[in-house]
Amino acid sequence: MRTLMIAGALASALVCGTALTSPAPAFAAEIKNGGAMTVTYKDDVATLDPAIGYDWQNWSMIKALFDGLMDYEPGTTNLRPNLAESYEMSPDGMTYTFKLRPGVKFHNGRALTAEDIKYSIERAVNPATQSPGAGFFGSIKGFEEAAANNGALSGITVVDPATVKIELSRPDATFLHVMAINFSFAVPKEEVEKSGADFGKKPVGTGAFKLREWTLGQRVVFERNSDYYEKGLPHLDEITFEIGQEPTVALLRLERGEVDVLGDGIPPARFLEVKGNPKNKGLIVEGGQLHTGYVSMNVTMKPFDDVRVRQAVNMAINKDRVVRIINGRAIPANQPLPPTMPGYAKDHKGYAFDQTKAKALLAEAGFPNGFETEILANNTDPNPRIVQAIQQDLAAVGIRAAVKTLAQANVIAAGGEQQGAPMIWSGGMAWIADFPDPSNFYGPILGCGGAVPGGWNWSWYCDKDLDAKAAAADAMVDPAKKEERTAAWRDIYLKIMEAAPWAPVFNEQRFTMHSARLGGPDAIFVDPVHIPVNYEQVYATDVQ
Amino acid sequence: MAGYLLRRIIQALLILLGVTAITFILLYLLPADPARQIAGRSATAATVQSIRQQLGLDLPLWQQYLRYLGNLVQGDMGRSYIQRTEVASLVWSRLPATLLLMAGAIVCELVIGLGAGIIAAVRRGRPTDTAIMVASFLGVSAPQFVVGILLLYVFAVQLGWFPIGGYGTFAHLVLPSLTLGILGGGWYSRMTRSSMVDVLRQDYIRTARAKGATGGRIVLVHALRNAVLPLIAMIGLDVGIFMSGAVVVESVFGWPGIGQLTWQAIQQVDIPVIMGVTLTAALFIVLGNLLADLIAPLADPRIKLR
Repeated sequence: MRTLMIAGALASALVCGTALTSPAPAFAAEIKNGGAMTVTYKDDVATLDPAIGYDWQNWSMIKALFDGLMDYEPGTTNLRPNLAESYEMSPDGMTYTFKLRPGVKFHNGRALTAEDIKYSIERAVNPATQSPGAGFFGSIKGFEEAAANNGALSGITVVDPATVKIELSRPDATFLHVMAINFSFAVPKEEVEKSGADFGKKPVGTGAFKLREWTLGQRVVFERNSDYYEKGLPHLDEITFEIGQEPTVALLRLERGEVDVLGDGIPPARFLEVKGNPKNKGLIVEGGQLHTGYVSMNVTMKPFDDVRVRQAVNMAINKDRVVRIINGRAIPANQPLPPTMPGYAKDHKGYAFDQTKAKALLAEAGFPNGFETEILANNTDPNPRIVQAIQQDLAAVGIRAAVKTLAQANVIAAGGEQQGAPMIWSGGMAWIADFPDPSNFYGPILGCGGAVPGGWNWSWYCDKDLDAKAAAADAMVDPAKKEERTAAWRDIYLKIMEAAPWAPVFNEQRFTMHSARLGGPDAIFVDPVHIPVNYEQVYATDVQ
Repeated sequence: MAGYLLRRIIQALLILLGVTAITFILLYLLPADPARQIAGRSATAATVQSIRQQLGLDLPLWQQYLRYLGNLVQGDMGRSYIQRTEVASLVWSRLPATLLLMAGAIVCELVIGLGAGIIAAVRRGRPTDTAIMVASFLGVSAPQFVVGILLLYVFAVQLGWFPIGGYGTFAHLVLPSLTLGILGGGWYSRMTRSSMVDVLRQDYIRTARAKGATGGRIVLVHALRNAVLPLIAMIGLDVGIFMSGAVVVESVFGWPGIGQLTWQAIQQVDIPVIMGVTLTAALFIVLGNLLADLIAPLADPRIKLR
């Protein structure tokens, strides 16, 4: 059996019409193009190089400038071909053949070919690029060798200028997601070589927008790519990103009509007031986020080597109170996966807040009077406030945890040392999924692979049996077995919760505020893979 | 004079060398591993190791430092770990806005400080004097972000006279300069007042008055020139302070100065940028002081540079 998917004009027309559920004008044909918008950010845009950019700010900006073989239907987590017109997977799931969409051009006018796809992925794997995304391509044949040398992957073959074949070393059910991740996006070799390390400041891609201006520390301006292959997109002529804007001031400017989207979100101090203001009705869109904030407990450090202690911590934290502290911008969590992720166990009750039971478990574990420990956290608001609440909750059951708040990089460094940190509150550096697949919450943060010096598995939890189960789930590449695979992942996370290396605390909700000048279905303002908004899909109401 | 200059320049270079050494060692002691930071959360140990090698982070501290100095004398401050851009171009891009805000702030300080200080000195002991001194005390003690947000709210949001933050036109410059000027003006007015009060008691002022010079001339010509000396030294210091960035004011007003860059680099533990801005700040502090010392003899010919 061969799996075949066809995209092209039909599919993309359907996508605009059916995938988005909103009363706003849904068909691309009804939306008049033109107009501009202004987005504010506090921090500099780090880089727009798709092989390097890996923060929530440049992630969607890069998506507006570049494209990959695969993408997601706007506002959803459903995969669809993008630069690929169609693809085929071999029955064993070990070979993927992508047919490129004809007529795609880079911003410099050159046509995209299969060579560019090969070059771009190999560039991300090449250690000289120093790409934080190299590891995502681990299932492509020849990865180990490529990552140690110059990135040349034996698994990628250019069949003809419009066809690229990728062979894997193991079946990988997440492979198509990897082909939709920014690190795989197509870049033109000649421009990369011309700009060298500055390519991130002079990006050239195939995307709906192209870079017009970049004034360091002040502004980045995108303009419409009139050669964009998807007709009718983007809707806007221009997007200006204003840098160095404090969120509080940006909000004042939005209220005055000078700004259209707050890139950093609504400032926490004014959140309730702004949300409650009837004037803002319809301008604030709430959505789920592929994020979980958790307390990791180092299972190799006493007393967290005892599962009862870890379970007690799970019961001791009053998650509802923590959510109140951040003005209800989250929902309490009881498992690693966020609710919007496939595999989330809806009926799982988790460890209910129960101080008496927590104390009893501690006593059973030999700590009737509790113990002293340490909890590390990021020093940016609201994390110190959250960790203080957790500290009080733990104190109530006898766990006296000293709070240490540090810069993000220093917390990450401590978590990566086996005896570096007994407990870490993950907020401010927490796991936001790279792609909407349940496996993404396992490998680096809960699997044995991440429990190494410098890794991200801060609980140092490693269950070989679960690792095997995870590998088996990821080998289920047959689309017909999708449900089975999702169920397998659900079981893995429920097993993890029995061992309780984490105390999941909450899943952040997104609140995107936009000016009345911007239109579009709500889903694109809280698009699960685009933060803060899907730049290609949003339109200006003042040109309608 | 030439000998003096040469000595000062050598001194300055030594200070800068010391600044680089101390900053380098402090940053080296941080637990964060830049290679891991660059490599990201999905990286293998081999990737991290290869990045460490490329950046020379596997070398002993002294070799890393010598390498840094070697590049520095060739004008290469390295590349930002986060932005992957040359530190020099990042710092350079922040200089125009920083210089502009410095100039604006110093003008405001002087206008507010000298004006208020002179009036207070002339009206010494009267209610005007008390009122000015209370106001200057408030100006000195009010936190910058409070003054900044207050000015922003009243003059930009409510009255709409000025833009709400940003950079580009003269109108953008007014409120941030004023915010800094109110703080500095408080210091300047107290200083001007006390040195004016001293000077106004001097014999030569009495002589001038006896000759029949007008009150205004006595204050502005005879007294001010002598009273202004300590201010010149203070302006020299301010040049250095403002050039190292007015972090708070820059963030309130979205002013793209060097302070924003510094704050961001510290948050991200972006070591090459932290090195770069620290060095730049040190350079301007040294230059500001040197400038003040060079200007002093122009105001007071009795001062000789040796």
